[in-house]
Amino acid sequence: MNRKKLQKLTDTLTKNCKNFNKFEVKCLIDLFYNLMGEVTERQGITIGLDRNAFRNILHMTFGMTDDMIMDRVFRGFDEDNDGYVNVSEWIYGLSVFLRGTLEEKMKYCFEVFDLNGDGFISKEEMFHMLKNSLLKQPSEEDPDEGIKDLVEITLKKMDHDHDGKLSFTDYEQAVREETLLLEAFGPCLPDPKSQMEFEAQVFKDPNEFNDI
Amino acid sequence: MGVALTRSAQWTAAGYGTRTLEITPLNEVILKEIAMFVESFIYKHPQEAKYVFVEPLEWKTNLDPSAFESGYIVSETTVKSEEVDKDGQPLLFLSVPHIKIRSLGQLSRLLLIAKDRKLKEAQACIKDYEFSNGCRAPPWRQIHGEICYVLVKPHDVETLCVTCSTEGVFLNGGKTEDEGEINYERKSEMYKDLVTFLKEKSAKFSENMSKQDIRFTEEWKKENEEPKEVPKKEEADALPKAFLASSKNILEKNQINFGKIQMTKRLEPTLNWKATVDFKKHKSLLRNTQEKKHGGRLGRSGPPVSPGRAQLVRKSAEKIEEILSDSSSENEEDEEPPDRRQEANADLPSEYWQIQKLVKYLKGGNQTATVIALRSMKDFNLAQETCQLAIRDVGGLEVLINLLDTDEVKCKIGSLKILKEISHNPQIRRNIVDLGGLPVMVNILDSPHKSLKCLAAETIANVAKFRRARRAVRHHGGITKLVALLDCAQSSAKPAQSSLYDARDVEVARCGALALWSCSKSNANKEAIRQAGGIPLLAHLLKTSHENMLIPVVGTLQECASEENYRAAIKAERIIENLVKNLNSENEQLQEQCAMAIYQCAEDKETRDLVRLHGGLKPLASLLNNTDNKERLAAVTGAIWKCSISKENATKFREYEAIETLVGLLTDQPEEVLVNVVGALGECCQEYENRVLVRKCGGLQPLVNLLVGINQTLLVNVTKAVGACAVEPESMMIIDRLDGVRLLWSLLKNPHPDVKASAAWALCPCIQNAKDAGEMVRCFVGGLEFIVNLLKSDNKEVLASVCAAITNIAKDQENLAAITDLGVVPLLSKLANTNNDKLRRHLAEAISRCCMWGRNRVAFGEYKAVAPLVRYLKSNDANVHRATAQALYQLSEDADNCITIHENGAVKLQLFWISFHFCSHAGRILYLLLLGMIGSSDQDLQEAAAGCISNIRRLALAIDKARYT
Repeated sequence: MNRKKLQKLTDTLTKNCKNFNKFEVKCLIDLFYNLMGEVTERQGITIGLDRNAFRNILHMTFGMTDDMIMDRVFRGFDEDNDGYVNVSEWIYGLSVFLRGTLEEKMKYCFEVFDLNGDGFISKEEMFHMLKNSLLKQPSEEDPDEGIKDLVEITLKKMDHDHDGKLSFTDYEQAVREETLLLEAFGPCLPDPKSQMEFEAQVFKDPNEFNDI
Repeated sequence: MGVALTRSAQWTAAGYGTRTLEITPLNEVILKEIAMFVESFIYKHPQEAKYVFVEPLEWKTNLDPSAFESGYIVSETTVKSEEVDKDGQPLLFLSVPHIKIRSLGQLSRLLLIAKDRKLKEAQACIKDYEFSNGCRAPPWRQIHGEICYVLVKPHDVETLCVTCSTEGVFLNGGKTEDEGEINYERKSEMYKDLVTFLKEKSAKFSENMSKQDIRFTEEWKKENEEPKEVPKKEEADALPKAFLASSKNILEKNQINFGKIQMTKRLEPTLNWKATVDFKKHKSLLRNTQEKKHGGRLGRSGPPVSPGRAQLVRKSAEKIEEILSDSSSENEEDEEPPDRRQEANADLPSEYWQIQKLVKYLKGGNQTATVIALRSMKDFNLAQETCQLAIRDVGGLEVLINLLDTDEVKCKIGSLKILKEISHNPQIRRNIVDLGGLPVMVNILDSPHKSLKCLAAETIANVAKFRRARRAVRHHGGITKLVALLDCAQSSAKPAQSSLYDARDVEVARCGALALWSCSKSNANKEAIRQAGGIPLLAHLLKTSHENMLIPVVGTLQECASEENYRAAIKAERIIENLVKNLNSENEQLQEQCAMAIYQCAEDKETRDLVRLHGGLKPLASLLNNTDNKERLAAVTGAIWKCSISKENATKFREYEAIETLVGLLTDQPEEVLVNVVGALGECCQEYENRVLVRKCGGLQPLVNLLVGINQTLLVNVTKAVGACAVEPESMMIIDRLDGVRLLWSLLKNPHPDVKASAAWALCPCIQNAKDAGEMVRCFVGGLEFIVNLLKSDNKEVLASVCAAITNIAKDQENLAAITDLGVVPLLSKLANTNNDKLRRHLAEAISRCCMWGRNRVAFGEYKAVAPLVRYLKSNDANVHRATAQALYQLSEDADNCITIHENGAVKLQLFWISFHFCSHAGRILYLLLLGMIGSSDQDLQEAAAGCISNIRRLALAIDKARYT
């Protein structure tokens, strides 16, 4: 990509994204193309990061381990649902992922947890997301009993309208009472430590960056 | 039972056979009392009732197992209680007909079960429990009337090995080298009972008992509205073993193991229950007050108190605490109550099982499950002890503390939120420290997440309520980190990465201050806070107007203000101004802390002036009118006391009508308030107008009434106040009429030197202003002899005050003659070699007054009092000079003394001698010294010095004449 085109892309994306400054956007664009590799560009196909590449980043850089959650995060980034995260989806997604306000993050997380996208987090979805959260005790009669109990506990805490599932309103109210519930069903945001490392690595001083 | 049984109870026959309790009316009354006491014990003292005895009470019972119902596992011939000790042993075990009981609670329940047969049971219990002949001493010692031997370890003196005999209690020779043997020889006087003995041997015990006595009597009065014939003692004496077993852990420790002579582990004869159970209650009471964060401790008297310095006492007590805690861990165990685990078989609340389940999820869950479980745990009522202990008992504390060591911010936050709540429980605090929770939390104070810092600091604030915890915080560098939290601006340069876990900087500082407040109760921490630069930061925070910030900030400052260098810094940082400003706050706690801080700081004159200049006296005076909040009242009266040391302030307080209010507070107030009220009146009454005012508002009667108290600090202040009032002849008449002088005089016998001294000082104006002082003094039978003998004291303040009193007594010729006969001259002479200027002054005055009788002048010379007196002239204290000059003048009437005077003047200052030519005899230097005094503006001093010189001169001339003729 030539310099002029890059400059223009940077300007446009910076304008649309309030959480990053121009320098940061530039860094993230550079990172994006680094990750994509030179090949795709030469072929003129600049669609974006596919599911596997993206999951790889989530795993390596942000320490996420839960396959299902990572898939959901990918879906969250991939706004146009074309199976790739393109450069503007990358910048926009990261702006919530790294710098989002509580409102933005709540919206993002709820979408991640709402597996079937019906606007509610159902008991079944909760069970699905929590099913690996407890060490299985082989001695127990019903190995899922603990999980079911956790689902009940969570529902009791968060289901304010008592309809047996979580609407966004339920979720929002619960999170506002207790921020810890933001990622109630699994980590879908970077933990502070890896976020710090990521930012430190990517947003290097421009001069230092040039030296390399 | 000791006294009651050994003295009152009527046994069938003396001698070495088995004795039984006769059924006599008296015995029946005693038994009824005992039964009643035990029966109600479980309701009145539920805590104590749970205490497990070291040795069970055993006897043969007539009860049938079928009589036992719920709470007991009953079989045909045995009964076990469901209540068990921590080893799982039942606290009651009946195997027909033998019964063993190991707690008072069970004993209580048994008597309830026994219903109409309870007297029989009580009797059987007492009888069977007695050694066959009622004694515990080996037979060869029983001949001497000895009953048993006890080791007592009071807080302030060595372990005492005590013999209890039919005649009373005394100190024996202690344990000998060979185990299990003691030296039976009597090493002390005989005391009527163990309590009296301990009161004599241990000041601390005596003090605590004094407090107990009042409380006990009050309680007793309340409980016994209708008059009873049975003396209180018997009620109190009931149930020795129960208390003794438990008391083993508390005050009296390890009885000597007598090896083959089977010795039961109880002190039969005289220990009444006040000494044990109440002592324990008292301890917990003390602990409670300590834990109330603040207040209530203004008047808490520790070891010897100097007048007007209750706060010093606190300091020294605290210091001792620190030292002890650093040197002896055993002592600390004493302070901490034993863990109470919930009994496995008891009915556990449903919360217990739910919490157990959640802890299981904590242990076996990943981050998500952990957060859910933590979140859910927080929904329990964590302020409730059941839940707090449940978390601990299912192993939750370990998990919660482990979570703090992970990298998971969310888990740490969740865990701290729970720890913060449950650490309000004293037991949990200790468990947290034992599990190493403090160093982890101290580390979290460095976290980049402000909400984590806040939570950690708040939890530390809760945990650091006892010495060991405070020390741990310091040792792990916590103080420096906490002080860093106070610096609001510090972290603002770098915005935190995750806004989710952010708290406001002000909140961080507030939590830091909260933790420092708890920590600042240890002296070493006060110093650490200062060294970490805490004072300017606290001063800065003091400028905010947020009450919840101000309370911990002022709280920390007032704790630290017990240290001299803090007080200086508080002055330098202009903190007083803000303290005064916040006295006007609406918040009672803030008012209280500010008043406390002023109380601490106003030791210093400049500070007292600052309080006045910033207008602090008026709010203090107006706060006096609200007497509901006793803690605040104690703080406010304390501040008024210290401020009124400055005359200008005392005048202001009169303008604000505080004197009348203070007089009104002389009755119906708790001791910690009384101490300060009386202290304030004592200071205010240094002024004429205030003295008149106190008399006119009828303050003398309640003041004199307080002279019969026992609180040492209070007595010191009361004597001072009465003394101040006695300066007014009209007030003196009233005091005399109220028998105040006699009461003061009897306080000379108080065991505490500060009270003695203060009483002696107060007697001085009384004697000066009483109408017929000579006669009044003579009326006290043995009074003169007693006060003269006080000259043998080794306390300088007592000596100085007694010298002053003697000076006044000796103004009456008849009394002077009497004290001369009682040997006042050699006693005064013996004191002459002192460096203490206060003592020197009053001693010189006493000597000069006593010279006026018989050949006392000569006698002082013979007892070698003259030479040391000459040296007093080198003191820097003008009062000493004046008094000494007068004494030397009196003494120089005797020729031999004259020679001593100028010989000593010459020898000491020989070098000067060479430089002066105009004097021809050896007294020249003294002459110059005295000459200097003639130039002084003090009339008395001039005359005395001139008189002394002329005497010496005359003598010198005579000697010269004699030499040349």
